[in-house]
Amino acid sequence: MDIAQNILLTIMTAATPLLIAAIGELVVERSGVLNLGVEGMMVIGAVCGFAATILTGSPWIGMLAAVAAGAVFSLLFGVLTLSLAANQVATGLSLTLLGLGLSGMIGESFVGTAGIKLASVNIPGLTEIPLIGRLVFGQDPIFYISLILTGGVAWFLFRTRAGLTLRAIGDNHASAHALGINVLKIRYLAVIFGGACAGLAGAHLSLVYTPQWVENMTAGRGWIALALVVFASWRPWRVLGGAYLFGAVSIGQLHAQALGFGIPSQFLSALPYVATIVVLVIISRDRRLTLMNTPASLGQPFVPDR
Amino acid sequence: MHIELQKRPVPSRLFAVLSPFIALGLTLIAGAIMFMALGKNPFDALYSFFIEPLTEVWSIHELTVKAAPLILIAVGLSVCYRSNNWNIGAEGQFIMGGILGSLVPIMLPGFQTWLTLPLMLLLGMAGGAAWGAIPAFLKTRFNTNEILTSLMLVYTAQLFLDWLARGVLRDPNGNNFPGSVRFPAAAQLPEIMPSQGSAHYGIVLALIAAVIVWFMLSFTLNGFQVRVLGANPRAGRFAGFSQTRMTYLAFLISGGLAGLAGISEVSGAIGQLRETISPGYGFTAIIVAFLGRLSPLGAIAAGFMLALTYLGGEAAQMTLGISDKVGRVFQGLLLFFVLGCDTLINYQVRLVLRKAAPAAGGQS
Amino acid sequence: MQDQQTETPLLETRGLTKIFGSLRACDGIDLAIAPGEIHALLGENGAGKSTLVKMLFGVLDPSAGEILWKGKAVRIGSPGEARATGVGMVFQHFSLFEALTVAENIALALDGNVAIDRISEEARRLSLEYGLPLDPSAHVADLSVGERQRIEIVRSLLQNPELIILDEPTSVLTPQEADKLFETLAKLKAEGRSVLYISHRLEEVQRICDRATVLRHGKVTGACDPRQETPSSLARMMVGGEVAEISGAGLGEPGEVLVDVRKLSAPARTPFAVALRDVELTVRAGEVIAIAGVAGNGQSELFDVLSGEVTVSDADSLRIADVAAGRLGITERRLMGCSFVPEERHGHAAVPNMNLSGNLVLSRYASDRKAFLTGGWLDLINLGPVAAATKRISAAMDVRKSLEDPPAGSLSGGNLQKFIVGRELDRQPRVLVVNQPTWGVDAGAASRIRQALVDLAKSGSAVIVISQDLDEVFEIASSISVINEGQLSKPEPASSMTRERIGLLMGGFHDGTPLGNSAPEASHAH
Repeated sequence: MDIAQNILLTIMTAATPLLIAAIGELVVERSGVLNLGVEGMMVIGAVCGFAATILTGSPWIGMLAAVAAGAVFSLLFGVLTLSLAANQVATGLSLTLLGLGLSGMIGESFVGTAGIKLASVNIPGLTEIPLIGRLVFGQDPIFYISLILTGGVAWFLFRTRAGLTLRAIGDNHASAHALGINVLKIRYLAVIFGGACAGLAGAHLSLVYTPQWVENMTAGRGWIALALVVFASWRPWRVLGGAYLFGAVSIGQLHAQALGFGIPSQFLSALPYVATIVVLVIISRDRRLTLMNTPASLGQPFVPDR
Repeated sequence: MHIELQKRPVPSRLFAVLSPFIALGLTLIAGAIMFMALGKNPFDALYSFFIEPLTEVWSIHELTVKAAPLILIAVGLSVCYRSNNWNIGAEGQFIMGGILGSLVPIMLPGFQTWLTLPLMLLLGMAGGAAWGAIPAFLKTRFNTNEILTSLMLVYTAQLFLDWLARGVLRDPNGNNFPGSVRFPAAAQLPEIMPSQGSAHYGIVLALIAAVIVWFMLSFTLNGFQVRVLGANPRAGRFAGFSQTRMTYLAFLISGGLAGLAGISEVSGAIGQLRETISPGYGFTAIIVAFLGRLSPLGAIAAGFMLALTYLGGEAAQMTLGISDKVGRVFQGLLLFFVLGCDTLINYQVRLVLRKAAPAAGGQS
Repeated sequence: MQDQQTETPLLETRGLTKIFGSLRACDGIDLAIAPGEIHALLGENGAGKSTLVKMLFGVLDPSAGEILWKGKAVRIGSPGEARATGVGMVFQHFSLFEALTVAENIALALDGNVAIDRISEEARRLSLEYGLPLDPSAHVADLSVGERQRIEIVRSLLQNPELIILDEPTSVLTPQEADKLFETLAKLKAEGRSVLYISHRLEEVQRICDRATVLRHGKVTGACDPRQETPSSLARMMVGGEVAEISGAGLGEPGEVLVDVRKLSAPARTPFAVALRDVELTVRAGEVIAIAGVAGNGQSELFDVLSGEVTVSDADSLRIADVAAGRLGITERRLMGCSFVPEERHGHAAVPNMNLSGNLVLSRYASDRKAFLTGGWLDLINLGPVAAATKRISAAMDVRKSLEDPPAGSLSGGNLQKFIVGRELDRQPRVLVVNQPTWGVDAGAASRIRQALVDLAKSGSAVIVISQDLDEVFEIASSISVINEGQLSKPEPASSMTRERIGLLMGGFHDGTPLGNSAPEASHAH
């Protein structure tokens, strides 16, 4: 029975970075901005989190550094797409390319360095409860943050006035501007939040999932997070479901590799990517539904005239 | 402090020409600052990065070897991006082109005639085009976002190549090292001046492709369609142009050219099919396309520029001990500045330090 | 009356100016609105009315000049500040959010943190009080244009403003809906509030407004009591000179049937589109059929289906010159002699960043293949003949431009529209379908375009004009039909049609006869 708990634990651990990055991107896209730089911000978060941990000896400081690095890095995207109205698709791509390059440079001296893992929660008496103890009371801190983030974002978007304003901007930025809402300011905040989340997701990779630095260690997770937002039709709790589904797929293929089955490991490794494509096809097939769910001003630059 | 944009009634021709150069200048300044932060003399560093590779014949040859795939891919991407099809999976199409073309010398080692190479190149194009057709099909048939699908297909292609090079296509006499047999001479893209350096005919293919695609974009109805559908899909529909056809056309052209680049690289620069055949050309070419202002002729100049960052990275590592990853950083920075500077073409940009308080009666 | 003139105005502007690049959209505007009056701001499209009110509402910053509120100079830096001052605004192109509910839309315009359910209650109460019924939990996407306007009005009333600005409010209303709006305005006036009423419709300004300020090319050209003026004197102030009369007379006997629409239906393609239901329409050579209607009732959907941008499954439901054409694309229909002018100039009828010559090729590469393309299968664009045709069209339609072949986006609305219409007329089409031919076009260009449409019909072509502008409809049509929620009324001769009847048809009313030629049940569906 402990095997079941272990498998569930690994699935949740694999899903957590996807969930955090996707929740961040969801807020960004709800405000009408498409930031394709998640992969880049995530890898920057991973390397900065790892470096800060090694330099200070504290993975907590590392985690904060990753959040800060992701946020600062996203600001580059913000300046270009918001203040300079640059093409969001191209700018997001360039953020990813720059992030991959920059992280390689920063991380070069850390390759092969043993990392420090962010310790999991351990509450004597509770964590040892059979079957569910470690699932509920024994996971890493970032896992709990990811759940708080999901619930928090859901509450923020649909229960607060600020969330209403954010959704309104994503729906129609010209109307929002005419009502006196500062479109660019709120979009900046959303973009920075998305960057911070991606940074945190990166920290989870280099401080929890595999506590070490390997170049390009995000391995496309940022892109899968982007796909998750579409999959979830821009709804926070569905992102959670999607992330765990993908966690299950990637853990499943790892177990399959361990067991052999005679299937080449490369084919199994490709499974999450193929699954992403399949899921995207299924979800976007209905053109009308996609149109209904997508924030109407997504990806369109906004230039206020004054 | 904030930035104010004022839309120009007509895009500025001046800045359309100047913007790539301003971006280059800003990249150099940012690079100098970065080198200083790394504790190097910025002038020495920039010299060894951008000038030194151009001072020797063999390294100019190297430059064309690196520029050839970049130009080939970027020319295809120009068509894609201009028509609003966001193919970012050229890396995967490059790999599939390399794989399919390589099948000729690997599977038919005895087939060594003058036909071998053309057949390989054609198969390379077909492989890239076929891989590019997948996101096109998914986009037109199922409305699926081509950015995400084309990218996912990169990872898939990389893993597929890894499997082939370590498995079924591995050289049986290769001491278990990954990689296929070395190609016979008839299956290798010849070098242009073998006595001087390694430049192969891939660069010639790239230049020809650039000119053909430039001609197509500038003077033919197909090129006109690309421009119209890219600028205003609705106007394109009014003209009677088919968005579906254009998506296929763009993906087939860019996939085909990426595949051609892939097989040229394998048969020209490497000489066998390995488990990795690209140092990220498919992604760097995105930068080339934008730096070249999405014009095939611009892609030629931009391709050489980006090829320089590969060589410069190696040179800087050797002479100054700077990480060769700096080259990647330069590439990313360059694209950032290019996109930022492009704003100057369509907008007048003003930096407002503080919201101007209305002076008496708001007279200004 | 004398007292009111000397009283401090509620709002006053002195020398208010707004410059965009080289364009002076507003140039030294002086305006004074007294408390409790309905003040008209009259002017053609592009006269600077919208720019002026955006400055008054804090959306735009004035380049020069000042705004006085109750005699004191104020700076209105944002719509929030405008609302705090006491100015409410009802936008022409509504500032509503389709994906949100009515209550959420209202909440967004209110300052401070008010619970959504309290807003719902308040909105319901106010909307009933002013005779503007609203359901706070409805999604805006599901509402009609008239209902959307109610949201805008209730939204501005919730803040208890002293001045309410309405920008072209009746352009989206049926005459009957407009009457109800006027009652609401009268009520507001009775409460001592002021109204700034922006319009280019002389008749309604004369009916409801106490004073009027007239704008032309960004300048004030007159301030008057509209009731003391005649429509033609007001028009002169607005347009600056007499506008040529269109000679619709002389349309001969209609000839053969060129367009025959039978039971044409098309489902809505997006959640925000209108479905077409059982459209019936017959257009003969030499006829101008006008299709009137309030915006958003299926005009653009009808245009798309007539042009072939959207095809219908039943090929026989649309016959052109006796050929089943329902499934033919726009290119094939052009090859049959049809031409099309869509409503939106930028990005639909023309590519703004492309030169005029490129925009000529856009709609004519197929029909004028021999002239405009060369090089065999290469399909090279033949620049010489294209340039010559561009020149010919510009001359024929008097297109004013600063360069030989400028980007379409750099032309003014009127000049670009003249080019677009001229582009189609240049090939003498047998059938012309045009949607809102003079929307946002200055009076001179508008009359030229209308004359050209009539002339085309006189020469034996069939012309279908979809238009919201009733003046235009009466000026050029030989028969008139009305579109309402995707259904078309039976065309009636223009000579026997009245504005009142059009108004009833626009609202979906019909005296006993069902709308369109559809089965009687269809009428009960509403």
